[in-house]
Amino acid sequence: MTSVMSGVAGDFAAALRDPLVTPPAMLSAHAAPAASTRFCVYRNNVAVSLIGALEARFPATRRLVGDEFFRAMARLYIKAQPPRSPLMMRYGDELPGFIARFEPAAEIVYLADIARLEAARTRAYHAADAEPLELSSLAALDPENFARLRLAPHPSLEIVESAFPIVTIWASCTGEAPLTAVEDWRCETALVARPRLEVEVRRAPPGAAAFLEALARGMSFGEAADSAAARAKDFDLALIIASLIGGGLLVPADGVKQMETIHGYLA
Amino acid sequence: MNYISASPALLPARAGVGFKPEHFGAIAADQQPLGFFEVHAENYMGAGGVPHAQLRFLRERYALSLHGVGLSIGSPEPLDRDHLARLRRLCALYQPESFSEHLAWSSHGGVYFNDLLPLPYTEETLAVVAAHVDETQTALGRRILIENPATYVRFSQSDIPETEFLTELTQRTGCGLLLDLNNVFVSARNHGESALGYLASFPLIAVGEIHLAGFFDASEAGAPLLIDSHGAQVADEVISLFEWTIEQAGPLPTLIEWDNDVPDWPLLLAEAMKAQDRLRHAERGYARRLDRRAL
Repeated sequence: MTSVMSGVAGDFAAALRDPLVTPPAMLSAHAAPAASTRFCVYRNNVAVSLIGALEARFPATRRLVGDEFFRAMARLYIKAQPPRSPLMMRYGDELPGFIARFEPAAEIVYLADIARLEAARTRAYHAADAEPLELSSLAALDPENFARLRLAPHPSLEIVESAFPIVTIWASCTGEAPLTAVEDWRCETALVARPRLEVEVRRAPPGAAAFLEALARGMSFGEAADSAAARAKDFDLALIIASLIGGGLLVPADGVKQMETIHGYLA
Repeated sequence: MNYISASPALLPARAGVGFKPEHFGAIAADQQPLGFFEVHAENYMGAGGVPHAQLRFLRERYALSLHGVGLSIGSPEPLDRDHLARLRRLCALYQPESFSEHLAWSSHGGVYFNDLLPLPYTEETLAVVAAHVDETQTALGRRILIENPATYVRFSQSDIPETEFLTELTQRTGCGLLLDLNNVFVSARNHGESALGYLASFPLIAVGEIHLAGFFDASEAGAPLLIDSHGAQVADEVISLFEWTIEQAGPLPTLIEWDNDVPDWPLLLAEAMKAQDRLRHAERGYARRLDRRAL
């Protein structure tokens, strides 16, 4: 594409991205305020809307560092990694990685993991629908058939592993749990999922990550249990069943494929 | 492809509101006395969950306007084919009565700015925008509406007035227009021009929907500057423009757009009902004039 139009958009875009770049020369204003002042309306709109999107997506992260710090960090993130798509629901997927490398936040060692948990919550909110497997529907199965079941993680489910008690910290930052000192400071793995309409965050029982990974690789229920038991020392199948099936986090393996076809309009 | 139909309005000529998820409970409690709901297309491009559950609910009970904010039709760069495909699937899934986008750009060089940015009005930009509108209408298989922007700057290269640019766009592509009267007022004030003068040269025959919204006054002494904030009640001056427009063109689907500092549902509904009263009034006057003409 030619000339004037490309030049205008290119100069305009460059000055939007970097406040040190002078507003484009071809802007005109019939009277005060000056064109450069008027241009700042656009610059401000862009900054406010993008910072606002990150604030809305990462409330616990923001609470941990305070509004002022979060806004300053968001500005740097936006400059380093501006949105690449008009789907604002995806904006901030890379913020946890940015925080992990962000020196001024290094003191809050668990901050990046809290951001990972929050990013997963938005993805779960928008993930494909799938009817969770009901524990009651399996009541009649004998152990052998139970072991042969082919199940899959719910399409909304993400596992967020951490060396810190992230579920406890996240819950106290969002008002889901009272704000108290964390007494039992140990690592927690979060299961983030939306079995129906509500996004839920829960602590994973031991070995859940290994078990889910095995299911996702196509193993049967029994094979996945054996595989996880071999890898996680305190693996407890009863806890896994109560948490994953009881919590609506598993679906029949072919059910997932059907739902993906129905919702195939997502790019 | 040229989409020409007798009337660009498939939405009912009644008042509607921009849907906000925080109002869902109040909306679902009762059948609302509204002609339609409008949603931003980009908020429904996830695979499932609450957004689609709520949109299905609204779709089953009301006429629906799908309003895109991210296609960047006014960009010199090619349209984003993936985004166009997402819009096509959304239109196929929900069959909205109307799809609209903006005379603006929002992406450049692979970066999305999440704002509606201005373009110069020239023969060159007209050709590009017309090609983009054409491509969009072909992809969606329907006539679309293009909205006039709120602008804060102009370009020294512009040599076509905005109303002429939009008129020409409708003639080249057969698209309809979404007349945002708050944008008309904001732009006119910002550029020291007459809003009524703008409307007098606006092709009202092509209008398929009207937007009403509130603005933020950032003026300083001797330096008027209004910002299209969608965060307040509709200003009296904009209401006057609305009355003038529907007096001329007859009642049209009219949306109350309130996206920031969103009020409680009763206040938003009351804003829509004020617009509804004016539409009813205009309908009576319009019918009387048509009767006289028929005699």
